[in-house]
Amino acid sequence: MSFSRKDFISLQDITKDEIHDILETAETMKFVLGQKNKKTPYLNGKSVIILFYERSVRAKLSYELAAQYLGANIVDITVPGVEDRHENINDMGRTIEQMGGDFIICRHPMAGSAKLLAEKVKAGVLNAGDGINEDPSQALLDLMTIKHIKGGFDGLKVTIVGDVMNSRVARSNIWGLLKLGVNVCVVAPPTMIPTHLDKFGVKVYYNLKDAAKNSDVIMSLRLQAEDSYGSRLASFNEYKDYFKVTPEILDYAKPDCIIMHPGSPDRRVEIDSGIIDSDRCITDDQITNGVAIRMALLYLLSMGRRDMDE
Amino acid sequence: MSELLIKNVRIVADGYNEDEVYQLLVSDHKIYKIDKEIKSDTAEVIDGKGYLLMPGLIDMSCKLCEAGFENTSNIITVSHSAVEGGFTSLVCSPKTQPCIDTKSVVEYISSKVKTYSPINFYLYGSITKNCDGTEIAEMGEMISRGVIALSDGGTSIQDASILRHVLMYSKMFDIPVVTRCADKNLCKNGCINKGYYSTKLGLNGCPLEAEETIVARDLILAKYANARIHITKVSTGGSVYHLRGSRKRGINATADTCPQYFTKSECEADNYNTIAKVDPPLRTQDDIDLIIEGLRDGTIDVISSGHTPATIDTKDMEFENASYGISSLETALMVTFTALVKNNDFTPLDIAKKMSENPAKILGLKTKGKIAVGMDADLIIVDDKNAHKINAANFVSRAKYSLYDGEELYGKTLVTICGGEILKKSI
Repeated sequence: MSFSRKDFISLQDITKDEIHDILETAETMKFVLGQKNKKTPYLNGKSVIILFYERSVRAKLSYELAAQYLGANIVDITVPGVEDRHENINDMGRTIEQMGGDFIICRHPMAGSAKLLAEKVKAGVLNAGDGINEDPSQALLDLMTIKHIKGGFDGLKVTIVGDVMNSRVARSNIWGLLKLGVNVCVVAPPTMIPTHLDKFGVKVYYNLKDAAKNSDVIMSLRLQAEDSYGSRLASFNEYKDYFKVTPEILDYAKPDCIIMHPGSPDRRVEIDSGIIDSDRCITDDQITNGVAIRMALLYLLSMGRRDMDE
Repeated sequence: MSELLIKNVRIVADGYNEDEVYQLLVSDHKIYKIDKEIKSDTAEVIDGKGYLLMPGLIDMSCKLCEAGFENTSNIITVSHSAVEGGFTSLVCSPKTQPCIDTKSVVEYISSKVKTYSPINFYLYGSITKNCDGTEIAEMGEMISRGVIALSDGGTSIQDASILRHVLMYSKMFDIPVVTRCADKNLCKNGCINKGYYSTKLGLNGCPLEAEETIVARDLILAKYANARIHITKVSTGGSVYHLRGSRKRGINATADTCPQYFTKSECEADNYNTIAKVDPPLRTQDDIDLIIEGLRDGTIDVISSGHTPATIDTKDMEFENASYGISSLETALMVTFTALVKNNDFTPLDIAKKMSENPAKILGLKTKGKIAVGMDADLIIVDDKNAHKINAANFVSRAKYSLYDGEELYGKTLVTICGGEILKKSI
């Protein structure tokens, strides 16, 4: 087992072997999830603090259940007013530490915040999203889903469609997929693609048909509120003409291409209704795998801590 | 009448051979005599031990923080760090609280610096009221109370028609209008350079074009207004290109950059290193090369410190929340000397021009900026032979951090003399 860390912050600073370790452990956790009694004792007596500086429903539920299935004590805090310097993450970390927190699952609207927190506290920190930077556990669940269906990663072509600029999940996926030797493509209006992405080894397209060619996986991203785009986008109405995943687009992809989405796809703009309801779209698998991945991460971090304590 | 005799120094000035040692006599706060041998029985003597004697440095871009931000820094701490770094004259940003936008604030701060600072302080008057870029300030009133140039500090005037009027109006007074160039909309939320590292770190970036479009605009406005303009804190290669072109077209434009923009690139911000969070942001190696080229061919006239002494507690937080700031007064000369003289083909005289003579010319300080008989005795003795390790924890400034911490740099100021008074002596 090569995964032995205090914190889990990003897929950028993690190795290929560590990713495989997590995915393997998550398979075991997925088995546990399928049992009648889901309770395991791995985190007995440990406390998990879910520290969210952003509103969230699904992610929080997924983390909370994962921690509960592992038998931890859980406290869930949502902190408003991140702009307020008096409520900065260092002070919060210190407070949690003094109260005996063992793990902090942190979601924060600023890039690098989880890393900063991890450097300041003895507790294990799990990054549940930092600004537009990364959401590594969300990406791992996508990787788990891909591995499950495709059997592995070698030689795959994964095409990410949509607002990469604002998507931390997309960034984490890109870093993870690149490490696993996947051919990663992104396609979106140029205003939605982070600068210099090609320098990291990602192929950038502006035309969905070109990008979809021979794809094994098409990952459609969630759009933000329409009015938040300002001059980055003419309208969702126009976006759908160029970037909606439709049966016609799938004709360009491999016959067994799967369609992924982080949750609640917009049927009018992002993915065609018929595809969402077909067995090629695997968003339900993604949700189950999300809990398994988070259980695996908490479990591995607790093992890493035990090794370090010894 | 007090006299000071500086012996055995290599004088950095036009007409002096840098390999020969001279003696220099200061009398009545002025440089009285320079010769191979000077005899004086009454003068206090400093032995320069063969080190360089340079004119005291003049900083065109430094934050004083007083009044209004004394918890960060004040006149006394800024003066002390200036003395440590070889600066004998500072021109301070008008972005105090209240802004330096009326004659009464000018009078208040002038009287304070006279009382508390051993070095020369000059003030920028703000271009617009409250430095907010909307209403022209009473520049004539401020100039009559001693303001020597106009600036809105780190704020770039967004409305071209206001800047156009300011440039036209300023011609009445023959003083430079100093502008910082950044398009507010283009660098919205951007806290590092928009490029490889902004994508790697998931931070919003401030693109090169945010600066370059405004540099081009300001130069064009200055051309048609036929007014003097000084572009401050040039950070991109494209800005150098625009400035070079403007010179060829006869626009009365000058410019400055800061040491960090020709020595450090955006990669310093990797791992969310907030010490590298500066405004404008650190750019790329290409920009560094082009800025050095601009310094070499005279497109960039001045090297200023850009000292913005945010304290470490405002740096120790999330990158986006952390302060912009750099503790630069104590390192500016060393960084410049090492990068341009030791590792490049510049001479100490080139540095003296960029950090003393040219700022004095631009600001109209006729008795400063050069070593010559009759000039003010603002002098520094600089060690060009030995490298000194930067230890930010020992900075005099309250901002005890540095992008150069731990580096071995040349050009340390050993002696600082301002108006004939010895303010620092470690020789």
